[in-house]
Amino acid sequence: MSAILPPSERVWWKQPLDRVELVWIVVALLWCLIMFFMMPYWHIYGQQNLANEAYRANPGDFSKKTEEMIQKYKVREEGGELKVPVVRPPAGSDVYLIAQLWRWYPMLELEAGKSYRIHLMSMDWLHGFSLQPENINIQVHPGYEHVITVTPTRPGTFAIICNEYCGVNHHTMASRLYVVK
Amino acid sequence: MALNRMFRTCPSSGLVFHEPAEKLMRWNAVAAVVSLLVGGILAIGVMLTRWQAVHLLPPDMFYQVLTAHGLNMLVFWIIFFEIAVLYFAASTLLRCRIATPGMAWAGFWLMVLGALVNNYSVLRGDSSVMFTSYAPMGAHPTFYLGLILFAVGALIACFVFFGTLVVAKAERTYQGSVPLVTFGAITAGIIAVFTIAAGAIILIPTFLWSVGLVAHIDSLMYRTVWWAFGHSSQQINVAAHVSVWYAVAAIVFGAKPMSEKVSRGAFLLYILFLQLASAHHLLTDPGLTSNWKIFNTSYAMYLAVLASMVHGLTVPGSIEVAQREKGYNQGLFEWLRKAPWGNPVFSSMFISLIGFGFLGGISGVMMGTEQLNLIIHNTVYVPGHFHATVVVGTTLAFMGLTYFLIPVMFRRELMFAGMAKWQPYVFGLGMAGVSLFLMGAGTLGVPRRHWDISFAGNPFPYEFPGAAWLMMGIAGVTGMIAIVGGAMYLLITVGSVFLGRKIQTPGFQHVRARDGVAPAPQPVAVAIAAHHPSIGVAGFVAPGTFALAMVFLVSFVLYYFINWKYLSTIWPLK
Ligand code: HEM
Ligand SMILES: [Cu+2]
Ligand SMILES: [Cu+2]
Repeated sequence: MSAILPPSERVWWKQPLDRVELVWIVVALLWCLIMFFMMPYWHIYGQQNLANEAYRANPGDFSKKTEEMIQKYKVREEGGELKVPVVRPPAGSDVYLIAQLWRWYPMLELEAGKSYRIHLMSMDWLHGFSLQPENINIQVHPGYEHVITVTPTRPGTFAIICNEYCGVNHHTMASRLYVVK
Repeated sequence: MALNRMFRTCPSSGLVFHEPAEKLMRWNAVAAVVSLLVGGILAIGVMLTRWQAVHLLPPDMFYQVLTAHGLNMLVFWIIFFEIAVLYFAASTLLRCRIATPGMAWAGFWLMVLGALVNNYSVLRGDSSVMFTSYAPMGAHPTFYLGLILFAVGALIACFVFFGTLVVAKAERTYQGSVPLVTFGAITAGIIAVFTIAAGAIILIPTFLWSVGLVAHIDSLMYRTVWWAFGHSSQQINVAAHVSVWYAVAAIVFGAKPMSEKVSRGAFLLYILFLQLASAHHLLTDPGLTSNWKIFNTSYAMYLAVLASMVHGLTVPGSIEVAQREKGYNQGLFEWLRKAPWGNPVFSSMFISLIGFGFLGGISGVMMGTEQLNLIIHNTVYVPGHFHATVVVGTTLAFMGLTYFLIPVMFRRELMFAGMAKWQPYVFGLGMAGVSLFLMGAGTLGVPRRHWDISFAGNPFPYEFPGAAWLMMGIAGVTGMIAIVGGAMYLLITVGSVFLGRKIQTPGFQHVRARDGVAPAPQPVAVAIAAHHPSIGVAGFVAPGTFALAMVFLVSFVLYYFINWKYLSTIWPLK
């Protein structure tokens, strides 16, 4: 019983390492370094990185900008009674997406292969932007406008669901994102 | 003072218990098990609701039950048990009286009060905010108050633990350095102190906000400080359960650490490189730069991960050496085959080690990589990951230790010994299934903390792939197996403690510390036999463990790069 007794050699720190241990420490450390370098490497050579672009913003301003965008680029409404506007902003433009209890607003229609600057912000609590089935997941804060440049690669109908718990109707917070050719 | 000096030598294990300390350990362990019972009952509701084909609870109740499940399990069960482990590592292993038992009781009752107040707030129904209680979503003030009381109690317990170490040193109850297990517990204790400080910094203002004294809590500040508390507390769990692994290796096999230097160094790394621990929870949050994220999740080289990889080798390595010295020296794995698989103390510990490493460790590092986090953040992958770390890892290790402590500390024979043999397998494998299949579903995008992935009645529903539904269903089935395993544990422990046959110690009487306790054993002068020359293969004393470690490494590398591959297929972002 020795791990529960004081070390038998009083100067245990001079006891030599075992070879198994030494080899493993070296191998494990190398692996840890590789894992570290993967992150900066991907920033340089990879395609999927979050922007560092974010601003403090207030909900009023953000929703005004969103409304202006809707006015300009609305193409139709969806959801029957709900009349959710669908907007088709030009490629390369700034696109606003509001998260609020319990909806995403408005609905976006983007063009495959083109880039868009999507501004994400919450009007109230935390929400989770989760684009399915691509499976891109981003935290959405109130008071922080997060700008992400995305390039949809393929046409289709995608879903945006909320994956940060935001109260009792959290599971109803779902919307769509269209990508057209 | 005289009363404070009652000692008892356990006839079966030779451990020396200070009676007031022993009583504290027993009560903390009992409070832990009660929390586990409550959390376990709630787990049934959580699991059977997420298993979409059953979909047991209505939404408001599901979120309420999930909040209470997280709190009773992650906070109350784990921390009550950890306090018992701290007292054991200080008072029992150092054969020392516990410092200020009165304070220790005050701490205990504060923790009990805090747990009750917090549960009351969730029961009210207006505090279903999950254990993370992200502001600006607010709970009833008693929610935060309960947690604050609990934390203050735990802090007092940490100081009683440190006080006991000081007493042991002053009264020379041990010679040389503290045992490795105590060293690990000290690591846990130190991390606990700054964890609780972070908890105070975030929970006190939030409490004031909930009663209207503070106007605004910033959501990003909240998440940053909250996770400095929430994540460091997971590092306490790791330090505690690794200490338990070493203790079990020593108790069951008489194993001796391969080298004290390496094992202690690895514990030290936990303290030094406990990354700015909130960072890997904030990888997809706005307002933090990539440099900050990359540096703080890894400190440029992942030294805390390295520490766990080291323990993952040295614990089984020390068992292998002990077994080989006993004569199980054939081939790579005779030592493992001939291990006491029917002894729940050992099997719990070994399943805990493997589950923690292979399922929890690998997935945790993957998730904590800045870009890879994009494909799992807030999906059910996350609970999958931490049911491997904190349930298969910590909980199962603690369960194994209980089987050792019931005869030793409660002085009762284990009831249902046949069932106890099976319990670690039922619970461990059931839980491993839960982790694995939740992770699988998370990879397909299934969100966590979500009542209805069918989006019934929603104007814009999303249809998850069939495989996601299937995996949530299998997680449900394996979850029920884990529940059965948990119920077996509760039956065995509660049954033994209250109804088990009493173990009588012939001629037992209380003794005073100074004149009663045998002197600490003299260090045996081990001729440093040029490192066990007679055992092992190819110059390695623990070749089997090394082979296992290589299997681990290969799985790790493959899984890690598979996820980069997956990441590279999603839409370009910048
Ligand atoms: C006994 C069997 C158990 C089962 C079947 C089980 C099942 C689950 C499931 C399915 C979830 C995820 C729900 C969701 O996100 O929608 C969950 C959450 C959780 N579980 Fe367990 N669990 C068990 C035991 C434990 C134990 C022993 C612990 C801790 C030591 C624990 C800690 C947690 C925590 C912290 C959460 C997160 C709650 C949240 O997201 O706020 N569980 N559990
Ligand atoms: Cu939401
Ligand atoms: Cu939500």
